[in-house]
Amino acid sequence: MPNSSVQNIHWFRRAKNYAALGIITVAALIVTVPLFLILGTVVVRGIGGLNLAFFTQTPAPPGELGGGMANAIVGSLMILGVASAIGVPLGIGAGIYLAEYGRNRFGNLIRFTADVLSGVPSIVIGITAYALVVAKQGHFSGYAGSIALGIMMIPTISRTTEEVLLLVPQTIREAALGLGIPRWRTTLSVVLASAKAGVITGVLLAFARIAGETAPLLFTALGNNFWNLSMNKPIAALPLQIFAYAISAYDDWHRQAWTGALVLISIIVVTTVAFRFVTSRGVKEAG
Amino acid sequence: MPALRQNQTKPDATPEAPAGGSLEGAKENPPQQLAKTKFRTGSSAFTDGAFRSAVVACAVAIVAVVGLIVFELVTQSRLSLHKFGLSFLRTTIWDPVVDQFGALPFIYGTLVSSFLGLLIAVPLSVGTALFLTEICPPRIRAVLSLCVELLAAIPSVIYGLWGMFVLVPFIRYYIEPFLQRYFGWTGLFSGAKIGFGMLAAGIIIAIMILPIIASISREVIVAVPRQQREAALALGATKWEMLRMAVLRNARPGIFGAIILGLGRAFGETMAVTMVIGNNPQIVLSLFAPGDTLASSIANQFNEATSAVYQSALVEMGLVLFVLTLIVNALAGLLIWSITRGQPARGLA
Repeated sequence: MPNSSVQNIHWFRRAKNYAALGIITVAALIVTVPLFLILGTVVVRGIGGLNLAFFTQTPAPPGELGGGMANAIVGSLMILGVASAIGVPLGIGAGIYLAEYGRNRFGNLIRFTADVLSGVPSIVIGITAYALVVAKQGHFSGYAGSIALGIMMIPTISRTTEEVLLLVPQTIREAALGLGIPRWRTTLSVVLASAKAGVITGVLLAFARIAGETAPLLFTALGNNFWNLSMNKPIAALPLQIFAYAISAYDDWHRQAWTGALVLISIIVVTTVAFRFVTSRGVKEAG
Repeated sequence: MPALRQNQTKPDATPEAPAGGSLEGAKENPPQQLAKTKFRTGSSAFTDGAFRSAVVACAVAIVAVVGLIVFELVTQSRLSLHKFGLSFLRTTIWDPVVDQFGALPFIYGTLVSSFLGLLIAVPLSVGTALFLTEICPPRIRAVLSLCVELLAAIPSVIYGLWGMFVLVPFIRYYIEPFLQRYFGWTGLFSGAKIGFGMLAAGIIIAIMILPIIASISREVIVAVPRQQREAALALGATKWEMLRMAVLRNARPGIFGAIILGLGRAFGETMAVTMVIGNNPQIVLSLFAPGDTLASSIANQFNEATSAVYQSALVEMGLVLFVLTLIVNALAGLLIWSITRGQPARGLA
């Protein structure tokens, strides 16, 4: 290659380099735009509706002003509580199996199935819970919603549990077993205990993921405009209420939908931040 | 692990030995195996077995759940499967009044809105992944990855709410007139400018699948060996040439996998899409026109399904959606695995 053209290409390559790096940087900046737009809108439009009535009253009849989402907030917490009671033990149990016993073909089958499960659209899980519970019982219920959400928690928790348990050094297991501690006790009190932060991370992650789920609740928990504390009946949920209000025709309900969104996002952000806190502490402890 | 393997195949063979017995058994083993030998007393052998059974049961529950999903989808859609057969996938008439159901417009809507979402999301998210791994100063990296993570944490219904009241008016008054004026000749941007429609659904889907594509691409890019980068730089490549030749070329299958995984997510997006797409099952070229997707129509119509065939047809749409996502996710898993070699792709944390 003659010298002059090297100079030429050099200039061209440098320009191309800067252009490409510039485009990459702009792409990364654009990605943050929707986040700030969405969070900003939710805060601006939602904050005006934050009052005592919102947290203490049930929805007003259509067209009337006022009312709140107290029953939906409580209903959501109940559904999420029962869902966690289903999903957390199963997820952690499966994660323990995969990490401690599952280095074989059966373990691979479980891993593959968990991946499949985490890819199943939430609406399909809703249909399944409908068929399993609602269709058999003959009525909508909070339990059906909890089962759908609980199922959705399992793959996330089992994967993170497996990952963090595998990070625990083999020598710790050997030391515990060498002291004559039975294997189950070693797993629970030594391995699981030293990986606690990571396991909690997985649980919080799964919780944040299902807290805003709406689709699986549409034909399981159904929603309810009145107070109901029985999980065996149709029960209100915050995401369902936001959806119902958003597609309604009343301005006051739209306003409340934004406030509901603000409350829901706050719950999720608090959980996510808690998750960051736990992880960063876990990393420090390990390092 | 010989001791474990044995225990696995015949659990009843474990002797109910008294406390002393296990110590003797341990003595017989060579020292290097000592660590892996199970010390057992009578009661701990039993509790070990019980604990193991319990965690195996949890693992089996995952398989059982997936099995149940498939089983319920097939049995609940039996009526529709029998009545319409394969024509369900080919016909376009969706008329609950006369119990005539064809899913083609919904399949079309799912595919078009998802690919539109990919078209927008892929350059942005791969760019973000490159920026995070290769360009970004460490301090900004933490903030930016938190942003991407939060984007993933926003619930679908809030995307929908924002889509209805902010994005749709914006599309209607700014984007659609612009596209129609300059690109109207393509036929993609014709018809009434109402905001609700395929274009809005595509944009919302794009925002929602950005985080997953970005985080997995990042995972894959990090997995490219350092030596590849150093070799390219040593040969005099500029940074971009290094990224293109050493990083992107090696990470390509994995990034492709991340994109396909995003596609799987896009297929299943329900709430946000149903709130902005306009819910009108039709097959038209214009992206301004309202459409409908498999997931969004199930969400909209399931509770209104009055006849058994109607409900069964909706469940069959769920089955179609399930099969679509299954194929797409399996493909994605394979591609990602080929890069990260079985190490599970982790989030941005």
